[in-house]
Amino acid sequence: MRKNLNVIAAYTIMMGLIILVGIFQSWNIALSIFNLCLISAVMTMGANIQWGYAGLINFGIMGYTALGGLAAVLISVDPVQEAWSAGGSNILLSLLLIIGMVLAVRYVLKKYEKSKVRTYIIATIIIAGIIIIRFVSEPGIEAIEEVDPAKTGFLGGFGLPIIFSWIVGALFAGGLAFVIGKVALGLRADYLAIATLLISEIVIAIIKHEDWLTRGVKNVIGLKRPAPYEVNLQQTDWFINLVEKFNLSKLNLITDLTERQAALNQFVIEGSSIFVKLCYSGLFLIVVIILLILTQKALYSPWGRMMRAIRDNEEAANAMGKNVVKQHLLIFVLGSAIVGIAGAMLVTQDGLFTPGSYRPMRYTFLIWVMVIVGGSGNNFGAILGGFVVWFLWIESAPIGLYLVNLTTAGLADTHFLKVHLIESVPYFRFLMMGIGLLLIMRYRPKGILPEKIEIK
Amino acid sequence: MDYINAIVLLLNYIFVPALAYGSQLALGAIFVTLIYGILRFANFATGDMMSFGTMVTILFTWYFQSLGISLGILPTALIAIPFAIIFMVGYMLLVDKFVFKYYRVNKSPPVQLAMVSIGVMFVTQAVVRIIIGPSDRRFFDGEKFLIKAGEFKEMTGLNEGLAIKSTQVITIVVTLILVSTLFWFLNKTKTGKSMRAYSDNEDLALLSGIDPKKIVMITWIIAGVLATIGGALYGLDKSFKPFTYFNNMLPIFAAAIVGGIGNPFGAFLGGYVIAFSEILLTYAYKKFFMYLLPESLEPNTLVQLLSTDYKFAVSFSILVIVLLYRPSGIFKGKIL
Repeated sequence: MRKNLNVIAAYTIMMGLIILVGIFQSWNIALSIFNLCLISAVMTMGANIQWGYAGLINFGIMGYTALGGLAAVLISVDPVQEAWSAGGSNILLSLLLIIGMVLAVRYVLKKYEKSKVRTYIIATIIIAGIIIIRFVSEPGIEAIEEVDPAKTGFLGGFGLPIIFSWIVGALFAGGLAFVIGKVALGLRADYLAIATLLISEIVIAIIKHEDWLTRGVKNVIGLKRPAPYEVNLQQTDWFINLVEKFNLSKLNLITDLTERQAALNQFVIEGSSIFVKLCYSGLFLIVVIILLILTQKALYSPWGRMMRAIRDNEEAANAMGKNVVKQHLLIFVLGSAIVGIAGAMLVTQDGLFTPGSYRPMRYTFLIWVMVIVGGSGNNFGAILGGFVVWFLWIESAPIGLYLVNLTTAGLADTHFLKVHLIESVPYFRFLMMGIGLLLIMRYRPKGILPEKIEIK
Repeated sequence: MDYINAIVLLLNYIFVPALAYGSQLALGAIFVTLIYGILRFANFATGDMMSFGTMVTILFTWYFQSLGISLGILPTALIAIPFAIIFMVGYMLLVDKFVFKYYRVNKSPPVQLAMVSIGVMFVTQAVVRIIIGPSDRRFFDGEKFLIKAGEFKEMTGLNEGLAIKSTQVITIVVTLILVSTLFWFLNKTKTGKSMRAYSDNEDLALLSGIDPKKIVMITWIIAGVLATIGGALYGLDKSFKPFTYFNNMLPIFAAAIVGGIGNPFGAFLGGYVIAFSEILLTYAYKKFFMYLLPESLEPNTLVQLLSTDYKFAVSFSILVIVLLYRPSGIFKGKIL
């Protein structure tokens, strides 16, 4: 118990902070912070598997998150029949052509020895394939995008419950990671970082501009929810009774019947949104706990030992007969798949998919700050990092505002410096993240909860 | 006549813009490569350091404008740049002293330094946004065009106009002067030679009595100069927006790696390689073919290989191809 004391203390403090937000700001804000903390925790677990277990730098987190989000759209949206009949056949044909192209390239790679001729053949196959695919897909894409562009203009999805997308998101992200890993994993650490960063930008560019698949910057809104809708909740009897029970003491103070009814309505409206958020919290918590158990088990398994051996000394592990390349690829795929789950969870919670909102600062570098601050190699640390950093990210605006008001208290409200500073309060979060990261890297390079490996 | 029209068309829409854009990338890429070659880490704060330099230039420009100082047909920013450079060099040395030095002295792995540079990136970005805000700013004044499209048409009697912006000329001229001075410095002076030696083999350089502190200081000074001028030129030519600068980091890294990271000359050419391929692959050639081909063969599509949205995809694809076939870059890397 003693050795886990700091873990328990850190988590207690974190929960206390969120509860304080609940008391002083509102429970709604506290719960939405908590939910996003949980999602961030899933992302940091994915990044931590790659960086903490295996020492792989992956700056492409944004790309996998977006792919997870795409999975949520493709799974939950109802298929758009007119679009399918307008251009579906062209799209399917192009898909087959892409598969054929990949198979042809693979065949050439297997069949012939490495030579200049082989390179030229492959280049010809790829270039010819791209030209043919463009010719086939273009009319289809145009037809699809013309189907009621204000509302649909894309193929839609499968119309399944959105919860399935969490698994599909993992598959999508893992698939992409497999391809990237095949190409880029041989690179040195810093090249890998740059390459993955660029790939994630390309993934975002594709999602933003292939309107037939994702609606692009027109966004997909109103995704189905796994949780009940507030409007429906407000009309169900058991929920109203529940809220009444919770607020009985407050309601009893009001004697006037109409006033009491109005107050109850207010409580029901507030309660419904809190209830929905609690549903999400429950779902997310289940995911986090399952992942935590799995990753903890993996960390202390022989496989985890092998990963650490590879991380700490690649050559030695290789000499001991461990297949470093294969294990790197495996862990790259696993970690990215977890990030994909988080991406799908994020879109599920928001109920909308906005490709324009995927920015590397928010989805790649912030996640890295979380991993480093929390403690790489330690799952509890990574999750804590997700909580702490997300909490600060949200609360830094109020804190910044408070600090600005404090330091410029002597100035008049209309003084240009004060106005300017108050306008730029949202950017204080970058400042806090940067300074936090620098301080942690300098004085506690292993993070708040450092990696602890006991030899049993 | 049609042939000349077609050539002017390409000059106007591809060659001149790509040359200017390539020069801006090249300065950034040399910055990345110098830091990588001597301090041995990938500096993720590159884009934001450039935006910081540009911001300082803009602030000085505003100050000079308010004093009524101007250069006539040239932009006021040109007088502001030297002052901004002094400021930026100070900033770079401060960042090095308080942040990077500790890890260098402790011989931390390059990955850790790269992570630290992300911290610097966050802080710099925040400072820029707090001081000047995230919005788009233009700070160009003076004569906008060297040759206007209309004038060119009148002068030559062609259908196609050739417009050359003065900022494009300034960019190219300044880049050429700066880069040739830099290469002269690296190849001919004693300090430059010792920098190259240090980059090539640190231990041997130390043995032969080269002072590492001096080398590092000079590297940061050059970095400050490059960041300010590269950023300011980009801002003059297009416009200043912190987010764009952050994004420019990607083609800049691609240029540095394509040219062979650690090799300034490679980075210089890499900038143009990236710029030209981005613009060549995303340009719609319809009009070009309309001039060249008889009417019956005229294309009815835009003849665009890639939509402009995939600009980054171009730089990345080049990067992948180069990394797969020539991992050390087109020009051999790791030698300054």
